[in-house]
Amino acid sequence: MDKFRMIFQFFQSNQESFMNGICGIMALASTQMYSAFDFNCPCLPLYNMAYGLGILLVPPFILFLLGFVLNNNISMLAEEWRRPQGQRGKDPAVLRYMFCSMAQRAMIAPAVWVSVTLLDGKCITCAFCTSVPVETLGNASHLLLSQGEIQRVLARIPCKEIYNGQELIANEVAVRYLRCISQALGWCFVLLMTTLAFLVRSLRPCFSQAAFLKSRYWSHYIDIERKLFDETCAEHAKSFAKVCIQQFFEGMSTDLVAARCHLPRKTSEDAGEASKKLLGITDQSTMNMALKSWHRCKPPLHLHPPALPSGNGWAGEGQPPLQPSTPRRETAAYYSLV
Amino acid sequence: MDRFRMIFQYFHSNSESVMNGICGLLALASVKMYTCFDFSCPCLPQYNMAYGLGIMFVPPVILFLCGLILNRQSLVMLDEWRRPQGHRKKDLAVIRYMCSSIVQRAMVAPVIWIIVALLDGKCLICAFSGSMDPEKFVGFANVTPVQVEQLLAKVPCKDDELMRNNTSRKAVSRYLRCWSQALGWSILLILIIAAFLARCLRPCFNQATLLQARHWSNYIDIEQKIFEETCCEHSRLFAHQCILHFFESMQQEIKLHNFNLPREGERDEGEEDLLRGITGQDQVNKLLKTWYYEKPPLDVSQATQR
Repeated sequence: MDKFRMIFQFFQSNQESFMNGICGIMALASTQMYSAFDFNCPCLPLYNMAYGLGILLVPPFILFLLGFVLNNNISMLAEEWRRPQGQRGKDPAVLRYMFCSMAQRAMIAPAVWVSVTLLDGKCITCAFCTSVPVETLGNASHLLLSQGEIQRVLARIPCKEIYNGQELIANEVAVRYLRCISQALGWCFVLLMTTLAFLVRSLRPCFSQAAFLKSRYWSHYIDIERKLFDETCAEHAKSFAKVCIQQFFEGMSTDLVAARCHLPRKTSEDAGEASKKLLGITDQSTMNMALKSWHRCKPPLHLHPPALPSGNGWAGEGQPPLQPSTPRRETAAYYSLV
Repeated sequence: MDRFRMIFQYFHSNSESVMNGICGLLALASVKMYTCFDFSCPCLPQYNMAYGLGIMFVPPVILFLCGLILNRQSLVMLDEWRRPQGHRKKDLAVIRYMCSSIVQRAMVAPVIWIIVALLDGKCLICAFSGSMDPEKFVGFANVTPVQVEQLLAKVPCKDDELMRNNTSRKAVSRYLRCWSQALGWSILLILIIAAFLARCLRPCFNQATLLQARHWSNYIDIEQKIFEETCCEHSRLFAHQCILHFFESMQQEIKLHNFNLPREGERDEGEEDLLRGITGQDQVNKLLKTWYYEKPPLDVSQATQR
């Protein structure tokens, strides 16, 4: 029981902190990805906007979905949503709570990417360089160029080495202007996100706090129950495998004794113990036969009743049968009060 | 039994996390390999495409195979697939589940290589610079076709004398890079959407069958590990018995040949027991020689019956 108490505490205390950790790592990864990514504005009129806005919006979407994919609770949520009702009612409030908590955590990395991108300025400079107000910042009437030519020249603003419109509008002026707007947008975005987070956290207790506590409890419960069920199945599989292999070796040694018609020798207690430890296999050919038999003819997934251990850990009395053909059925001895 | 229990706990708690850990390590190794690799485009018309696409696709195949090799479960799955039926029926759903989980984990590192290569852009610039339309770029418009081919092939090489300060080279390079990055992000987006949908929608289809398949695939893995552990333990005991038997038979042989007068009570009984009657240099030498030249048979049935 001690072992299970420790496990309960571990699951309870660490599930939230585990997800928070993943969230933090993804936020760091998003800044790292941005700095490692080599931003490369195409400097062509139609491509600039697509590229700039693409880099601003597509990676956050990817990070958002990644936040869901990495969260183990998503499959738990889907399972809980789709399961047949059975004998346990479904509570949509619990599902809503789970979804909201996952979505909130998944939003952090995209928000970090968008903030970093806006504060850096390269994306906005690339996307909106063709929309720079030439009349106010430069001299539009100086050169008589067609609209298309002007667009082509302006599109080269982010690429300093090929920029040839210095008379139209100075490169530094345009870049500074665009960067300023981009940083203003970036700070406004950060302010907005932080204000929203603050409001959500502080105003939530004002609305249906009791229902919120209930949903939170039952969503934790569903998570723990699922983990415990997996743990129990794994324990059962281990015990099952142990007994299966033991019975396999016993079966082999009984077969051998029957085949060789050994005259029963008088054995001392020590020899009996050694022989038992050796599982009745005491020479090379027997071992080879055992190994061959293990591959060619695996034992059935059906344990013989007399050999089952009486107290198998904590689940000896109530193991539900996993093979439908087991003749001896034992019913589970748990009574759920939920 | 305590030792077995500890080992069981280790095996269970760590088999999924070991596989995930290997998958993550391979992914990191693939990024590291790409950054360390010194990409060097040949800048020749026929070789560029082969080199560029080769670097893009051959290492992923290698990483995929490494992912399959390093995953212990692939051997377990193959064993389960190829074994004769015997007394135990085979369940195809279990084999399919194991196969899909192995392939999914093995695909992570190759996909990361391809995406990093596309986001970096060098591979695509090298492979497709020769296929660009020279009319679009000012510097290549008024040149003969043969020369244009040569020039375009040299675009990936920044340090070439012809290309060093050529603005058209930079334009071609930027254009191809932009497409390469767009392709990389699109592939990443599609994969993530597919992964998300797979995770969300899987419980809607055959969830009960999936739970069964997952349980039995885990069971097969544990059973194989326990069997190997049992065989190891058995071989240790077997070896112990075999060697004890060997020492006893040597001791008997020495007694027969040496006619040692038994000395009374001068030596400690415990020590004599440990020395097993081998108390002189030539006896030890004889024992070692016999161990090498005439290893005892693999049969301890008599030893255990004594």
